[in-house]
Amino acid sequence: MADRILELNHITKTFPGVRALDDVHFDLKPGEIHALIGENGAGKSTLIKIITGVYQPDGGEIRFDGKPVVIRGTADSQKIGIAAIYQHVTCYPSLSVTENIFIGHEKINPFTRKIDWKNLHGRAEELLQRLDADFDPRATMESLSVAQQQIVEIAKALSANARIIIMDEPTAPLTMRESEDLYRITESLRDKGVSIIFISHRMEDMYRLASRVTVFRDARYVGTWNLNEISREDVIMAMVGREITQFFPKRKVTIGEEILRVEGLSRKGYFKDVSFAVHKGEILAMTGLIGAGRTEVCEAIYGVTHAEKGRVVLGGEEVRISNPTQAIELGIGYLPEDRLRQGLVLDWSLAKNVSLPTLGKFTTLGWLNLGRENEVTKELAEKLEVRAGSVHDLAGTLSGGNQQKIIVAKLLAGEMKVIILDEPTKGVDVGAKTAIFNIMNDLAATGYGIIMVSSEMPEVLGMSDRIVVMKEGRISAIMETSSATQEKILSAAMATSTAVAS
Amino acid sequence: MIDRTIRINKSWSWRSFFFQWEWLLVLIFIAVNVVNTTLSPYYLNVDTFLQMPMTFLDKAFLVLPMTMVIILGNIDISVGSTVALSAVVMAVAYNAGLPMPLAVVLCLCVATVCGLINGLLMTRFKELSAVIVTLATMIIYRGIAYVILLDQASGKFPNWYSFLGWGSVGPVPLVVIVFAVCAVGFGLLLHKTSFGRRLYAMGNNATAARYSGVKNDSIIIVVSVLTGLMAGFTALFLTSRMGSTRPNVAQGYELDVIAMVVLGGVSTAGGKGRIAGPLLAIFIIGFLNYGLGLVNVQAQVLLIIVGLLLIVSVLILNVRFRGKHRSLAPTTVKSDTAGERPGGTVS
Amino acid sequence: MRRSSSFSESFREVGLLVFIVLLCVVFQLRNHNFLTISNIRDMLADTAILGILSVGMMMVILTRGIDLSIGSTIALSGMVSALTVIAFPHISPLLSLLEGMLVGLAAGALIGLLVARFNVLPIIATLGFMNIIRGVTYLVSKGEWVSAYQMSDGFKSLATGSFLGVGNLIIIAVVIFIAFYYFINHMRVGRQIYAVGSNPEAADISGIPRRRVIWLVYAIMGILAGLAGVLWVAKFASAQGDTATGYELSVIAAAVLGGVSISGGSGKVSGLILGTILLGILNNALPLIHISPFWQQAIQGFVILAAVLTNVVVKRNNQRIALRRRAI
Repeated sequence: MADRILELNHITKTFPGVRALDDVHFDLKPGEIHALIGENGAGKSTLIKIITGVYQPDGGEIRFDGKPVVIRGTADSQKIGIAAIYQHVTCYPSLSVTENIFIGHEKINPFTRKIDWKNLHGRAEELLQRLDADFDPRATMESLSVAQQQIVEIAKALSANARIIIMDEPTAPLTMRESEDLYRITESLRDKGVSIIFISHRMEDMYRLASRVTVFRDARYVGTWNLNEISREDVIMAMVGREITQFFPKRKVTIGEEILRVEGLSRKGYFKDVSFAVHKGEILAMTGLIGAGRTEVCEAIYGVTHAEKGRVVLGGEEVRISNPTQAIELGIGYLPEDRLRQGLVLDWSLAKNVSLPTLGKFTTLGWLNLGRENEVTKELAEKLEVRAGSVHDLAGTLSGGNQQKIIVAKLLAGEMKVIILDEPTKGVDVGAKTAIFNIMNDLAATGYGIIMVSSEMPEVLGMSDRIVVMKEGRISAIMETSSATQEKILSAAMATSTAVAS
Repeated sequence: MIDRTIRINKSWSWRSFFFQWEWLLVLIFIAVNVVNTTLSPYYLNVDTFLQMPMTFLDKAFLVLPMTMVIILGNIDISVGSTVALSAVVMAVAYNAGLPMPLAVVLCLCVATVCGLINGLLMTRFKELSAVIVTLATMIIYRGIAYVILLDQASGKFPNWYSFLGWGSVGPVPLVVIVFAVCAVGFGLLLHKTSFGRRLYAMGNNATAARYSGVKNDSIIIVVSVLTGLMAGFTALFLTSRMGSTRPNVAQGYELDVIAMVVLGGVSTAGGKGRIAGPLLAIFIIGFLNYGLGLVNVQAQVLLIIVGLLLIVSVLILNVRFRGKHRSLAPTTVKSDTAGERPGGTVS
Repeated sequence: MRRSSSFSESFREVGLLVFIVLLCVVFQLRNHNFLTISNIRDMLADTAILGILSVGMMMVILTRGIDLSIGSTIALSGMVSALTVIAFPHISPLLSLLEGMLVGLAAGALIGLLVARFNVLPIIATLGFMNIIRGVTYLVSKGEWVSAYQMSDGFKSLATGSFLGVGNLIIIAVVIFIAFYYFINHMRVGRQIYAVGSNPEAADISGIPRRRVIWLVYAIMGILAGLAGVLWVAKFASAQGDTATGYELSVIAAAVLGGVSISGGSGKVSGLILGTILLGILNNALPLIHISPFWQQAIQGFVILAAVLTNVVVKRNNQRIALRRRAI
């Protein structure tokens, strides 16, 4: 048996406009649990997609059991013996556990073409028992809890004789007890010789299970350490220890009175007891790891979904917002996370997109005033320096950065008090990023209250006045940016016993 | 110095103007008329173009709201049943003693309520697709009509009532005038008002529409109510022309209406299409039917032709708007309960 | 903690069974002739055709589709086979069956092609074909009827005959149900039908031939509709242009009532049988308890609505429970 069961050397992967992996390295010993850690966007997902064959690397080599391999697709990776388990299980909800495990590989009697259910259920039962699961393989997937569904996924991997199992944030949707069960299963898998790549933001997961940890940062490989030789603080340092060379155009703005306050917002399954306030002229960053609940909170404020408990106070008055129409009327604007699907109608012109939320302003007694619409769009688009030839250009033809600007234009067409920007610079090139930051400054200077949801540490530290850190649906810390550091923020965002409060 | 000015004027080209579905329909319409002229020497006169439409315009009222329904990406196969039910209720009520004007109002009310029920079912139970909701109401509404009237006919309306379907104001039949008014109304509503703009938004990308403050539910309710109301109009004119009504009237109307809308260039994927197309399609099919009658072709052949037109149009439109297809079967509700991402997303 | 397959599913079946028993009791009390051997046999014969069709419709609905054209297919296949019998009076009845099934296959295969290969929505494809096939039926029949005296005895005995004391129709229906049960539960392609409806994207990734499976269900539906057409025409000893108009709605009602989820991917044969029987009773027994048969359609509509709304309510409840389990 080779010294390493899996090796990835000098792996590079570039997408249009962004380098996802830059000369990274990763190796896995047989029978080890190896933690892979890094901030959002550090490159972990991309690496996993390369290992499972979804992407092909632009450079570098992969070795399995010491021999070079080329993984051209998911079928290849499965044949080699690689399986992956994600947070959200893709399965056939109305079919049984057994079928979900064996679909495509059913044992068929060659003469009658009959499926040998007895055999399949028996094998499924055996697999489940190996994993100490006590549910009936005949149960439908949709009747199982998330934890149980994950166990089925693991059983599926085992049935395909996987030698490497990748677990991508498996404990995120689990309770403490379910996580315990998962730890046990993972350890028993390791004991049986399966090698495991474990991605998790929970420090305790890592220290409990893994023997080694590899850190990625900004698409680069930082290092690999034995977990008994490195402290939690050092791990965090490795994750964020970058020099912030980017210059952020943040200007000093007089911060006024409170414009928005939320108290005790809760929504079962998504977030709990969320309270914070935003002031006029202030840029409040909301950060945390994926799944922390930031977008969910913002959508609840904006009326797309509803909080079950808590109150929202806007400009001193309590408001009940049950849909985005109301939010817009009251002066809350939202730049959604998924700008292509939630932010714009791509088949429409810029003018039609910009006027949509505030259509009332562009109509007289219901009759559309196209001239006004075009003029206002031109004015706003030019002010925001959108690169487009005409207000009639289709939104889908613009670059990412310009699309964001148009969505901002949408918000500015009305009278806003608070603007929520959800990942405003995601997928935007450097030049446009600066432009967006400048726009944020201008908005703040005008007196808007701004909430910026972001996963990019430099941006959070560079542009905000205060930072709200969320973790697993709750607020973990609120701090003044002036006294915040990357380490403090990440500690608050991750489940670690040395959480730092403001 | 980078030029940042953005133009307002719309660029225009002969090609983009003429390269549109509606012109193709105009050509087809002309072709149909040319063929008809060769079939009958009496064809080309004012009567043909003014009077003959009376025979098919009753159905045409339904095409107007159905255009909106399909732009929304939905479908409504209950319209024929709504027509039947409202007509039956009107006839029975009148024959039970209700004054005719009130019976007419009752007809419109029943039809509108039928539409409203569809709208309420679709908005309160978003897990159900428009297909299954309108399938169920299609059966229920006609079923109630049968319960009320069994398999009898009911009629014997006052003389003035037949003026609705047969009368003319000067040289122009009343039904043509009423339809023209409705068509203009719907056209303006769809293309010139904020309501229409929001409707297109919802049909094109319901999620983005929602995030942009469009009240998706309200739009569905309004369109459903309009569908009901127009079904009421159809019932009035159809009953007036027939002089009586039975529970099995307007059977098959839903297919004809949907075929006209799709033939008019409105894609079932949603978000696309204009009122002009379906309007042209109404007349194409109407005149085509008349032409078939001139050569004594059986009415059933029209069934085949309309069915084929529907399918061919859909095929062509599918290719044209490839990739934008949205299934009418309900998947996990993406459009209106946005944000259903339990616990977070996979990075 | 052991949990067998969905509690609510078995609940539904028990509910249906209870309801059937209840209905029988009520009907029997109102009319003592209800539970007689001859009446039961008649009801079963009527329900047999409904059952044959519901098998096909279940498969279509499992894949998230629908088929409104089967009424027309029944008419066409019935008319074609009846006309053939007029032309060749000594043709073997089995050949007539085969002929009808081929007609149905042609229709179903075309529809399947539109839906599977050209991405036409099932509602649109089958709505269009409903008309086209009906029109063809009228053309083929030249507007005339075929009536009893024109049909050979052999032909009519397809429906009226019996084997070992059990009516032919019932035998055919039972055979089809048994074959269907075996196919949908024990054969790979049958399970793939469930998979395609349960999660079409996953099916694509798993390498399941999604398009072929979808085409297949419409083709099978066509064959069954063709078969039913011949039996229908033999049973009623008449073939007309408007035969079976609207019958697809009863078939859909039977399937939906039997627990086949309209959103695809779930449904059991046992439920289908119960749903079909229940609908058969409702359809046939109403006159026996002096309820006008004109209530039939309205009742079917309410049945469908009630069944799908119940599904929605149950699903929402399950989701609420699942949310409560979560850690946050």
